[in-house]
Amino acid sequence: MELRLDGISHSYGETEVLRDVALDIPSGRIACLVGPSGCGKSTLLRFIGGLERPAEGRVLQQGAPPDGCLNPLTFVFQDFALLPWRTVRGNISLVLEDHGISGQAADAIIGDVLERTRLGDFAKALPRQLSGGMKQRVAIARALAVKPAVMLMDEPLSALDAQTRELLIDDLVRLWARTPFTAVYVTHNLAEAVRLGHLIVVLSRRPGRIRDIVELDKPIDQRGYADPDLDATQQHLWTLMRDEARAADAELIDG
Amino acid sequence: MASSTGTSDTGSEPGSREVRFRGGGFVPDTRRWVGFVVFAILIVIVEWGTRAGWISALTLPRPSDVLQTFQELYQSGLLFKHLLPSLTRLAVGAAIGVSLGIATGVLIGLFSYIRAGLAPLIAAIFPIPKIALLPLFVIWFGIDEGSKYALIAFGTFTPTVVATYGAVDNVDRSLIRMGQSFGLSWLSIVRKIVLPGAMPGILSGLRISLAIAIILLVAAEMLGAEYGIGAYILEAGSLYDLERLFAGVVILSILGVVVSAAVGWLERYLLSWRT
Repeated sequence: MELRLDGISHSYGETEVLRDVALDIPSGRIACLVGPSGCGKSTLLRFIGGLERPAEGRVLQQGAPPDGCLNPLTFVFQDFALLPWRTVRGNISLVLEDHGISGQAADAIIGDVLERTRLGDFAKALPRQLSGGMKQRVAIARALAVKPAVMLMDEPLSALDAQTRELLIDDLVRLWARTPFTAVYVTHNLAEAVRLGHLIVVLSRRPGRIRDIVELDKPIDQRGYADPDLDATQQHLWTLMRDEARAADAELIDG
Repeated sequence: MASSTGTSDTGSEPGSREVRFRGGGFVPDTRRWVGFVVFAILIVIVEWGTRAGWISALTLPRPSDVLQTFQELYQSGLLFKHLLPSLTRLAVGAAIGVSLGIATGVLIGLFSYIRAGLAPLIAAIFPIPKIALLPLFVIWFGIDEGSKYALIAFGTFTPTVVATYGAVDNVDRSLIRMGQSFGLSWLSIVRKIVLPGAMPGILSGLRISLAIAIILLVAAEMLGAEYGIGAYILEAGSLYDLERLFAGVVILSILGVVVSAAVGWLERYLLSWRT
């Protein structure tokens, strides 16, 4: 399933946040959205996932979602959004219960996603017992459980420390290499974007418009930590963004 | 500890000194026994004072006499004759008030129109001393059990509503967004995310409403009740029988402690995920 964003514009009151964003997200690819803070990249992701409605423009799903898909557009949040009163297993079964999946069918799905995220031993743990990286892996397992057509990842690694982030990047690469999935990945971290993105969409500062789309041909499972090939791209992205990032930083929040 | 003048020779080299510890404190520890010790000391002082004579028998009864009265009450079987109707009234009244309160609080928390309509009404009836309405309840619900249930129910209702909708307001919105993003139904979101998320606030509200329920229980039983702890205390008071009055008061205190412990147990059971 592919996604097409068609002329999306939006403002919150007087503040215009997005202007005429048009974008195609191809199937089986990870599209990274980068941009200075406050450029509306998270807002754009919420439009794609149907959690908010744009003032103008539409988000179109093209083609049917794959077989067995329970929730075509599935989020992974920055703050993990795990229910603290449910165990790891309970957090995953939460999203299956509403589809009438319980008992053995649920056990099979939960076992599979926990194994894919290497959480098999932690099914009975409560979120407060887990580290940040493990919590995010639970959230990723939960997203995988509904067999999404597109994963919408809202700064999924931003709440984690740098080392955990590296580990999680490897995990995501491994997951993608095993079964390629479509994803829209919002981040402000350019290193993450060049490691995980097949295409990197650079947004301008508020109101957010598409400034550039950079495609990376190197397969993501062959990209490594501090990869010289990626440095050039990262450098290029940073030159595109630096002045705007500085201007965005100097802006008053309600200005 | 090194002296604050800095000239002490705790360090191995001249001129070096140990960093003074200035952290710690401000963290409540569990010290269960201290409560019992305070109780015991107070009782011992009163016992001593009444025996020695510097507390007159008109001011305070002797604790040992109160204990004896209590024993007589227990042996004559009157204790349960008074306690059972009181506990029934407490349970029925509080159950009605708390369950209606939680339901109303959740509705106020979830629907803007209900909030706009009911929140000012709740704010208006919250400060009314419910005891003042007892004559009215007698007319509405009769002098029997009905008015007693109604008084306790009404008294527990308002604090429960306020605690519940505050708790619903405080449920992490990002968890609700998560539920929506996975396509959970409205009912599932309320049942599996909003209610468990509001549970800590609802339970601390329950603590307050049940204490209010005990206060109102006595008030309700002062009108037209033959048996009940309130009736027992009222009778003792009008006869100026301080031993029996205090025996009744002690029963109420114990009831309060038991109810509070029950809520504490419920908290540990329902909120075991917190700590």
